[in-house]
Amino acid sequence: MEIGLRLAVSLAQIAAVMGVVMLTVMVLTLAERKVLGWMQDRMGPMEVGPYGVLQPIADGLKLFFKEDIIPAGANKFMFTLAPILALVPAMIGFAVIPFGPSMTIELFGMQIKPFVISDINIGILYILAFASIGAYGIILGGWSSNSKYSLLGGLRSAAQVISYELNVGLAIVGVILLSGSLSLVKITEAQAGGFWNWFVIAMPFPQIFAFVVYVISSVAETNRVPFDLPEAESELVAGFFTEYSGMRFAFFFIAEYANMILVSCVAAALFLGGWNAPYPGTILGHLGLDALAWIENVVWFAAKVYFFLFLFFWLRATLPRLRYDQLMRFGWKVMLPIALGNIVLTAIAAYFFPR
Amino acid sequence: MDHIFFFYFAAVIAATSLLVVALRNPVYSALSLLIMFFHVAGLYVTLHAEFLAAVQIVVYAGAILVLYLFVVMLLSIKSEERYHSQLPVAGLLGVMLCTEVILLFIQSRTGAAAPAAADPIAGPGNTEMIGEALYSTYLFPFEVASLILLVAMIGAIILAKKDINEPVQ
Repeated sequence: MEIGLRLAVSLAQIAAVMGVVMLTVMVLTLAERKVLGWMQDRMGPMEVGPYGVLQPIADGLKLFFKEDIIPAGANKFMFTLAPILALVPAMIGFAVIPFGPSMTIELFGMQIKPFVISDINIGILYILAFASIGAYGIILGGWSSNSKYSLLGGLRSAAQVISYELNVGLAIVGVILLSGSLSLVKITEAQAGGFWNWFVIAMPFPQIFAFVVYVISSVAETNRVPFDLPEAESELVAGFFTEYSGMRFAFFFIAEYANMILVSCVAAALFLGGWNAPYPGTILGHLGLDALAWIENVVWFAAKVYFFLFLFFWLRATLPRLRYDQLMRFGWKVMLPIALGNIVLTAIAAYFFPR
Repeated sequence: MDHIFFFYFAAVIAATSLLVVALRNPVYSALSLLIMFFHVAGLYVTLHAEFLAAVQIVVYAGAILVLYLFVVMLLSIKSEERYHSQLPVAGLLGVMLCTEVILLFIQSRTGAAAPAAADPIAGPGNTEMIGEALYSTYLFPFEVASLILLVAMIGAIILAKKDINEPVQ
């Protein structure tokens, strides 16, 4: 009975988070086209619904009813497996993201944390572990399609993801040194009490360099412009998902957007104080409405995440694609030394000025 | 409960390890290796070594195996037949190893009781404990390991680099 109830609550939490993520993906597909349109002095999609707001639903229906084609000579098993291998790791990382304040509520005599599915003590490592599994979907999808464009896209992606994952991992070490924990909830709690406590500018050693390395590397890891070489349309048609259609294509598409949301959530939680407001406490809390303070926290978290998502669109509208050798040189010869130097300096600062 | 999980993980690890060497398609082998890494990580979690579990996936599944796949795809080997004529040797070695394991198992049954499973560590977390042990008790082995890795790295650079002053032939 106890276990059944706990399972039901967990499943409800998972369903809620998945729902929010899928809804955000839907909003993002429209937002990206609209924002790109405005930046390029166009209107963006205008046909479906008032002002084009129903476009994601039309896109979803189209993908759902499209014929599912498996190319001749493709490895059928791997071809089917690859989109799932891409999507599942992208969604599973949200299990440790704290969307709101770390409070517990009593429900049916159980302690439940409403804003995080599972606060495990290795939270950030868990996200890194599953982010690295996402590469398999891309590589195997490219390999199994039996097409040279797909294979080249998959190979490029393998090299790129490994190179930039290293930088992501090293960039967050500084934050872990300062907060003394791997749990995202504890890291966020360590940044409470105003924007001057956020790790991006916090004393004793501001993580501004780590922040820049993290943001650039996470753009590369999610295969977005200007690092979208695995799917560079002018060279590789569509890269690793050239041969995919219908729902399998949609899986890759959703995985890319879910990964964008995930890295934005991690960036917000690690560097910009997560759910903490930029001033001490919350306005609703100061007004005596402590029970409603969580609304303000959640809104701040969403605002930070959407700031990063806007940054993704902004980069796409602004920057041209890198050449492949430039991408590799930049990753290994510029980002890696900066991240390593940041670890050394942060460790020295954390030793002499413990928080 | 712990036993059920242990036997599940152990069975899958054994089965997928066999598949890694038995399957003809190297990409399938890599995939069963991936499944094995995940179950080894699961085994670490049942032993309350969460940090090791995460590092197992990050390092082995996330980096090393991706490189394996990379090489397999670059060489575009459809299926490799060269190494499948070693059945007699492999069988002999397998039987010997199996005998040793069974002998050890019988001895441990009659001898001292097996050490109890690790209890969850109270106080400082698993990650802190590993860091503490690595940088105090095992500092020397740790430094030696990093030196070996450094040597390997320098070796790779020397193998790959071109001599600028070398005359063009």
